[in-house]
Parts: sequence; C-alpha cells; structure tokens
Amino acid sequence: MHISSLDAYRPRASLIHGLDARVKLVLAVLFIVATALTPEGAWPAYVLLAALALGVAVASQLGVGFVYRRSALALPFALAAVTVVFSTPGRPLLSTQVLGMKLALTGAGLVRFASIVLKSWLSMQVAVVLTGSTPFPALLQAMRSLHLPKILVAVAGFTYRYLFVIGDEALRLMRARAARSGASEGRRGGSIFWRARVTGNMAGSLFLRSLERSERIYDAMVARGYDGEVRSLRLPALHPRDLLVACPFVLALAAIQLLARIRW
Amino acid sequence: MLASGILTSPAPMHIPDGFLSLAVSLLCWVLAAMGVGLALWRSGKALGERQVPLMGVLAAFIFAAQMLNFTVAGGTSGHLLGGALAAILVGPWAGILTVTTVVAIQALLFQDGGLLVMGANILNMGVIATLVGYGVYRGVMALARGQRWGMFAGGFVAAWASVVMASVATAVQLIFSGTSPAAVALPAMAGVHVLIGIGEGLITVGALAFVAVVRRDLVEPARAPAGGWRWAAVGLVLALAVSLLAPLASTHPDGLERVAEDLGFSGAAQDAPYQAIPDYVFPGISNQVLATIVAGLVGTLLVAGIAFAVARLRRRAVQGSVISD
Amino acid sequence: MDSSSEPLASGSLIRQSYRCTQRPNHVFSPPPAPCIEIHNLSYAYPDGRPALRGVSLNVQPGDKVALVGPNGAGKSTLLLHLNGILRGQGTVRVMGQEVAEPYLSRIRAQVGLIFQDPDDQLFSPTVFEDVAFGPLYAGLAEDEIQRRVAWALDQVGLEGYAERISHHLSLGEKKRASIASVLSMQPAILALDEPTAGLDPRTCRRLVRLLQELPQAMVAATHDLRLVAQVFPRTVVLDEGRVVADGPTADLLADERLMEAHGLK
Repeated sequence: MHISSLDAYRPRASLIHGLDARVKLVLAVLFIVATALTPEGAWPAYVLLAALALGVAVASQLGVGFVYRRSALALPFALAAVTVVFSTPGRPLLSTQVLGMKLALTGAGLVRFASIVLKSWLSMQVAVVLTGSTPFPALLQAMRSLHLPKILVAVAGFTYRYLFVIGDEALRLMRARAARSGASEGRRGGSIFWRARVTGNMAGSLFLRSLERSERIYDAMVARGYDGEVRSLRLPALHPRDLLVACPFVLALAAIQLLARIRW
Repeated sequence: MLASGILTSPAPMHIPDGFLSLAVSLLCWVLAAMGVGLALWRSGKALGERQVPLMGVLAAFIFAAQMLNFTVAGGTSGHLLGGALAAILVGPWAGILTVTTVVAIQALLFQDGGLLVMGANILNMGVIATLVGYGVYRGVMALARGQRWGMFAGGFVAAWASVVMASVATAVQLIFSGTSPAAVALPAMAGVHVLIGIGEGLITVGALAFVAVVRRDLVEPARAPAGGWRWAAVGLVLALAVSLLAPLASTHPDGLERVAEDLGFSGAAQDAPYQAIPDYVFPGISNQVLATIVAGLVGTLLVAGIAFAVARLRRRAVQGSVISD
Repeated sequence: MDSSSEPLASGSLIRQSYRCTQRPNHVFSPPPAPCIEIHNLSYAYPDGRPALRGVSLNVQPGDKVALVGPNGAGKSTLLLHLNGILRGQGTVRVMGQEVAEPYLSRIRAQVGLIFQDPDDQLFSPTVFEDVAFGPLYAGLAEDEIQRRVAWALDQVGLEGYAERISHHLSLGEKKRASIASVLSMQPAILALDEPTAGLDPRTCRRLVRLLQELPQAMVAATHDLRLVAQVFPRTVVLDEGRVVADGPTADLLADERLMEAHGLK
C-alpha cells in the first residue's frame, strides 16, 4: 500500500487546471476572506457565494460530489460551535430544563451557528478545488513567487517529497508490530504504558532513520553544488487568459460583499 | 478532526476556515509571522547549510510519526503532535519551523486546517506548543542538574504541557471569535487535551529513550547550553499569558473588536444565557471571572510546582550516590 | 596534456582526451593524464574504525572500473572521497586538481556521484527540479539549464518525465532519473554506488545498456558480477579497506579462489 494515493491532486484537462497556480491561490484566499467578511445571516450573499463555488467546482471537472464530500470532512469541528445556539444573547425561541439548568435556544444563536457552518463549508470547497486542480510543486512555486520566505518554501518542498517515503517506513513499522501482536484467548495485550512505549520506540527509530537520511540528502545536495543558498528558476510571466478569468471572479466577490452590506 | 485517509489529525486542534473571525485570524497571522520570523533568523545561525534538508525531512518525520498510534480503549487511539519532541531533538527554532511546515502542508494538501486561519494554527501548534514544550523541558533539565531522569520527566511534562497550552490557545481564539462560549470551549478543549497530552507525553518519552540509547550525543544533557532557567521562564510566562487570556475572552463573546471598548468585566448583559450553562468555576469562589483566572493560574503553577517538588525529592534521594552513566 | 593546467569545461575535456588517442604519431606522444589519481589514501570513521588503508588507484579518461568487495570493504567510502564529501590522509586528485578547498565546487561539477538509494538523490518535488539542480547551482543561464535538462532526460530515456513527481516513479525510473540529475552537469566522471541494487532483470538490462553507452569515465561500487562482466573492462577488488586485486575483469572473475576469498562468490 502506497500513501501517495493521499495526494490531493487529480489531473484533468479543465479550465481551472490550466490556470496559473499563483492566480488560483490568490483567488482562493480572496474567496475565503470574502466569506469571512460576510455578515451573519446575510443569506442572499451566502447563496451567491455557494453558486460561485459551485461554478468553480463544475469548471474544474473534479466532480461536484467529490468537492462537496471532501469539504464536508471538516464539519465535525462544528461541534465546537454548536453550543453557540444557546449562548448567544437574544430572544429565546424555546427553553427547556436539563438537569436543573435552564437552556434557552435563541434565534440569533441559530443564525450565528448556521453562518459559521456555511462559511466553513464554502471556504473548504474552494480549498478542495485549489488543491485538487494544482499539483503541489506548482503551489510551492506560486508561494515562492508571492514572496513567502524562500527557506520555508524549500523546507515544504522537502517535506512533501519525503513524507511519503517516511510514511511508507512508518507503515512498515506498524505492519511489523501488527504481525507480532497476536492475542490468545483470555489474554489481554500489554499495559497502555507498554504500548505507548513501543510506539515511542517506533517514533524514535523513525526519527533516527530520518536524521540519517537527511544527512545523506545533504551529501547528495553538496555533491551537486549546493552552497546553502536557496535558488530556483524564475516562473514564466502570467498569461493574459489567467487575468481574463480572474477579473470577473474578483468583481463577483466584491459585488456579493456590497449586496450583503446593503441588505443588512 | 479530518479523516483524510490514514493521516488523521492527531487532535481536534486544526481549526478550519470560518470558525475564527477575520480580526482574530489576522492578529494570529501577525503573531505567527513574528514567531516564525524569529525562528528563521535563529535557526539559520544554528544549523547553517544543513537547515533546509534537516527541517524538511524532520517535518516529514513528524507527519509520519503522527500516523503511529496505539489503542487507548476500544476505538479511540492516542497520537503524537510532535512539537515538544521536535524542539527537544533539534532545538526550539528548528522545531518551530518544522511544525509550522507540517501545519502548512496539512492545510494545503489535506485541508486539515483552513487557509485563512492557518496563522492561528501555526501560532498554536508551531509557536506556542513548541516554545512551551521547550521551556518546560529545559526547566526540568535544569532542575535535574544533568541526571538521566531529567530527560524523561522533562520530556513527558514538556509534551503534555505543549499539547494543553496549544489547546487552550485554540479555545481562546474560538472564544474571541464568538464561535464558542468560554464556558464550553475551555473545558472541552483543555479537558480533552489534558488526557491526549498524556499520550503525547508517553510517546515522546519512548522516542527520547530510544534515541538516548542509540545516539546518546543527540540528547546529552551536557550538550544543552546554559540558559535553562531562562528558557523555563519563557515557557512558563507564555503558558501563563495564554491561560490568562481565557477569562478575558470569556467576558467578550461578541468578539475581539469589543475588547478595546469595554475592558471592564461587565457580567450584567450576559447573565441570562450564561447561567444556563455549567460554569468553569473553581469550587468555593463565586465570582465567575475571578474563578476562571484562579483556575488557570493554579493549573499552570501546579504543573510547575510538581516538577519542582519532584526535582527536590529526587535530588535528596540521589545525593551522594554515583550519577548513572 | 599538461596535468597542472586549468581543467576546462568538463565536456570539452573528454573530447580532448579522445583526440589524444587519435592524434597522428609524434616523436613523443605524452600519455593522457589520469582523470582520477588516488595515492595511499587512508580514512577512519569518526568512531575510529579504519575504512580505507593505503588505497592507491588511477583511472584514465573514459575508463570503466568496477569496485567489488564484501560488505564493509570501503567501496562506498572510497567513492565519497572522489568529490570531497569525505577527506582522508593521502592524495586524491581529480582532473589534475587536488580534492580540497577551493577547488571543490569545480571538482563536484566534474564528478557525478550517484548514490545507492535514489530517494536520497532525488530530493526535489519534481524530476525537472532535480535534474536542473546541478546546472542551477553551477550558475548557468536559464535557457542553458532548460536545454541541459531536456538533453539529460533524453540520454537516460526519460523524455517527457520532467513534470513528474519523483515519488511516483518506479525504482528503475528513479535510478535513471538520478543518473540524469548528474548528467545534466556534464561531468567527466561518473561514480556509481550499487547501480543495480533492487532492480528486476528487465530494468537491470536497460540500465546496463545505458551504462554501456555513456562515454564518461566510470567507477562503480557493486556486488552485481553480471553488471561487472557486461560493462566494466577493469575490476578492482577491495577488502577491509585495502586493494587486493586490480586488473582485467575477465581474469579476475575467472580466479575462483580470489572471488571466494573476498566474499564475491
């Protein structure tokens, strides 16, 4: 089993796939910022944002179901927000007595909760399309050209390259442990402390192997002339077509923000 | 809390987009940038040419190590967050950069954590967890004065404290954004992570023990330069600062924007909904705000105090005997 | 050829050495200078264990030499001395230059070291970035870098692989990509560490054909005696850090006692 199946990128010949990674990254962040700025309860704005996100998902040919499902994965975190329906001050819609405590569900609370969930889901959709339509190395180059610190981007490149290699090693360690973890009738496995220690030992072993690998990698870099400076080739200039697609998107976001403020 | 195949997030701490207000997100970006910028500067001086491959592979290791799990009870399992371990093994600055990279890649590749709120995630897991963990570790090591148990006790408490503090910081951000009321967010996050932190501590100690046997030179107490007490102070101050933000946040559920306006602790307007929910109260103290402050302070001081007391006891016990190899 | 002269761009140096053998007869035809001269090289690991004991070895331009010996004989360690990653006692000269500062960066452009595990060698996210790494750090112009990458990938049979993600490649493809990552620097010498380790027979054959075709001088540490027989006319046997035999491959491989005494058969 190879972990590379977890790479988010799915190659397609779509409009979105063909866009420059820099443009996609900026547009995605703008969308998320716009969503964050949208006031609670501005339902028309949310509907329009959802439509925009849906349009992008369709254009990417990744499959609307795929995008919706992957973006729903973060929603369990909504449990952290659910009590907001009780705690937001406002006119109580319904009250109950639970274990001697009075709980009041407010309209304002429901609106806030729904807004949070919507914002999260919509932001995730755009993030899923971004990573699904852009190979990670291209995203890294985009970040570098947007002047994020060179060293961090280089480190991220190495992390991406080696997380599958070391992940495979970790899987092998776990499989080896599983192969030695037979249980017989009526006998429980070792104590939790023992199990944690075994896991810790695996982590330690993995760490040392990784450290040694990093030293070999450094030797390989030095053998090809590495001198400590992070260097890279320049990216080609932006295609006018990318800007042609970007402009209406940005305008749509701005229009939605205006709409949200006027109504509310 | 994403289930992205095998690479499950180790703890419910990766905040997705939409759960933090824009103001909180931006403030966290600023703080995170400061921490990461400092780390970039300092780690460059310490590691030189090797820093890029070393930190890259280390970040990959943390990713992979997060996959190593062990069954706690039935279906649940314990995982490793790794901030404290990274700091102990390669120093605080490389540790910060490493965990920052992990958080960024988790968000970018697996949507584990949002893009706009990445600043907050980096601040919690990359900066706060790492610095608190390292501070606690150096503090315990200084207490132990070079004895072997210092590494294990220090590793355990450092890992535990790093996870708990990161979770408290997460809760504070949720509270300031109005996403979750303090009375729920704090106990929920901190409570869960007090337990998860134990798993983190155990795995960290296991890893350190292994490394100590195979590559003694990497964890030798003598290797740590002077300044252990200063680092301990850094870790403690950071933990206290984060804990003290909690009660401040609890009185301002409508967001960070309002803090500037009403710095007084007015409980009147928020009374009605709040009395419906069990309070995060310290037994015996009736004033809610005061109770929260006291609870946070006591918790932090308790951990520090225990470490100190254990150190004093052990020192008396081994006084006069030969220090083990 | 004057061994103390400045080493030219490595590609032209190869062409010069070939011209040597094709020159019309002079009264005095100086022998081509070795591209690798190792004299009495000794090296001990940080923990004190000796790895190499007084190794002496010369390699002429275009020579293909196999380094064989049991595990722990010091084969990989010897290779790491060729570009200065390890420094021991004794002399190592590459293209006439001593392997020491400040010549190291030039020497590293001329010695293409190919590591045993291609995952150590291919450290960039894409194949293109890996193959471009050497030329990029040599300070070449961008269009020259693009040309070299295309040429190197073509040489190893990986045309069209530029945008591929390194971890998606098969082991055979990775081995070829690591050779490409070194070829793009156009080195005079290739140093290979276990080139066929882990390959299935068909991929092995492809690699063998590739190694036969490349014109560079080659030194390869290997256990694979079939590879040795097919590609390397000269074999050096190392055991416990010492050179125990150095001669034509056919003769050495036929010497059963020698092979068994040093764990090769």
